[in-house]
Amino acid sequence: MSKILEVQNLVKKFGDNYAIKNVSFSVNEGEVLAIIGSSGSGKSTVLRCINQLEKIDAGNIKICGDSMIKEIKTENKLPKKYDSKNKKVVYTDKETLNKMNLECGMVFQNFNLFPHLTVLENVTEAMIQVLKKSKDEADKEGTKILTRMGLEAKINQYPCNLSGGEQQRASIARTLAINPKIIFMDEPTSALDPELVGEVLKVVKQLASEKRTMVIVTHEIGFAREIADRVIFMSKGEIIEEGKPEEVIDNPKKERTKEFLQRYLK
Amino acid sequence: MDDFLNLLKILSEGLGTTLLIFILTLILGIPAGILVAIARNSKCKLVNLITKLYILIIRGTPMMLQIIFIYFAPYYLFNVTYDRFVAIIIAFVVNYAAYFAEIFRSGILSIPKGQKEAAFTLGFSKTQTFFRILLPQIVKRILPAMSNEVISLIKTTSLAQIIGITEIFALAQKQASYQFSILPLCVAGLMYLVLCTIITYAFNKAEKKYSYYTIT
Ligand SMILES: Nc1ncnc2c1ncn2[C@@H]1O[C@H](COP(=O)(O)OP(=O)(O)OP(=O)(O)O)[C@@H](O)[C@H]1O
Ligand SMILES: [Mg+2]
Repeated sequence: MSKILEVQNLVKKFGDNYAIKNVSFSVNEGEVLAIIGSSGSGKSTVLRCINQLEKIDAGNIKICGDSMIKEIKTENKLPKKYDSKNKKVVYTDKETLNKMNLECGMVFQNFNLFPHLTVLENVTEAMIQVLKKSKDEADKEGTKILTRMGLEAKINQYPCNLSGGEQQRASIARTLAINPKIIFMDEPTSALDPELVGEVLKVVKQLASEKRTMVIVTHEIGFAREIADRVIFMSKGEIIEEGKPEEVIDNPKKERTKEFLQRYLK
Repeated sequence: MDDFLNLLKILSEGLGTTLLIFILTLILGIPAGILVAIARNSKCKLVNLITKLYILIIRGTPMMLQIIFIYFAPYYLFNVTYDRFVAIIIAFVVNYAAYFAEIFRSGILSIPKGQKEAAFTLGFSKTQTFFRILLPQIVKRILPAMSNEVISLIKTTSLAQIIGITEIFALAQKQASYQFSILPLCVAGLMYLVLCTIITYAFNKAEKKYSYYTIT
């Protein structure tokens, strides 16, 4: 099984605050990984570092074998605790970074659809501008993806006329348009009214059944147990526990995991 | 009635100058405003400080003073005189660029960070992101503020007369004292009113064009 994503000893700080302290994990092709953890534990930051929305301070991230970090320069800035070698990272060349960026898809908590474009245009814009497909081809493919998301009736609407659930499904369709090797979702249902959560979880399940490689940050513990091949529990910027859902969610070994799950399963 | 038509004819001779100041200020002032807005957002502390100071001075002093300063400063300092019309265009562009810049800047800042991030993760280049994703939204957001500023501009062109430029208002004042009548001022007022109505109409049209979606 080939590794799509490898996160190695990732460190990220905001000022003097360590949001991520030495986190490592990997994701295999076709695997669904769920990340759970309390607020502020660094789940979003991990996804943002992988998607190049934040600069990392130490470690490395590999997508399909390509390294984000080219070289590690010696510098005496980081405290020994998190990076024993006191090194500073140097990002690889722009071309590789662009390639890695396109291999990663990102679904945001609050959708971030483009309000001035129709649902179909939201999906086709990147196909046309970035992947340089023809408009006809993009329209055809975009319609197909949106149909799979159950949005065929909405393709010519603007995002402001869609319900939250429809917007999130449209944003998932937009991510699928660039055909990424791995899709990251940051709490895809947190901004939704409870009655709309189900329809989004349904399409995520559908993607999982198609063997899409995904990393999903979620507070829906039941959903994580059902869909994930593996679960990571994070707390205060560290991975506390990692394993099959039956292990981490049903029989947690660590005290902190137990505490967290008790709060969430109530 | 004859009086009215006659006055309209006389004052129309200033209309060209009024419109020329108006149009040149827009054509030169909008790109200048974009540059100032970029400088205002610059990471370089010095550029940032100079831009802030420039905007502070322009917005904090009377425009009449600025016009007189720009026209007469070279004369008092170096005994150099230059074309009045060039001076008035410089004064208007320098003044309006500052106001436009603040509008553009607030427009840029009002776009949620998530728009840029979504565009980035989809692989759009910086230029594509700006022109295809951000700019249409910025334009929609700044139209009401721009409308105010452009309407104020057409009326402010009347300040050009203080360095002796013959536009509508200068002619109206001359006729008023010459004919000892208030009518020329009323006719001038009417002309400004018509111009403002046209501008308002144009902006309403533009706002309608962008009303097919709402920004949440
Ligand atoms: N842009 C930022 N600037 C400063 N600190 C930040 C920034 N983004 C995140 N942090 C900090 O990093 C830590 C981890 O934040 P992160 O958003 O990754 O948590 P999270 O696990 O996603 O939480 P939540 O469940 O609330 O989304 C927090 O302490 C947060 O305050
Ligand atoms: Mg988060």
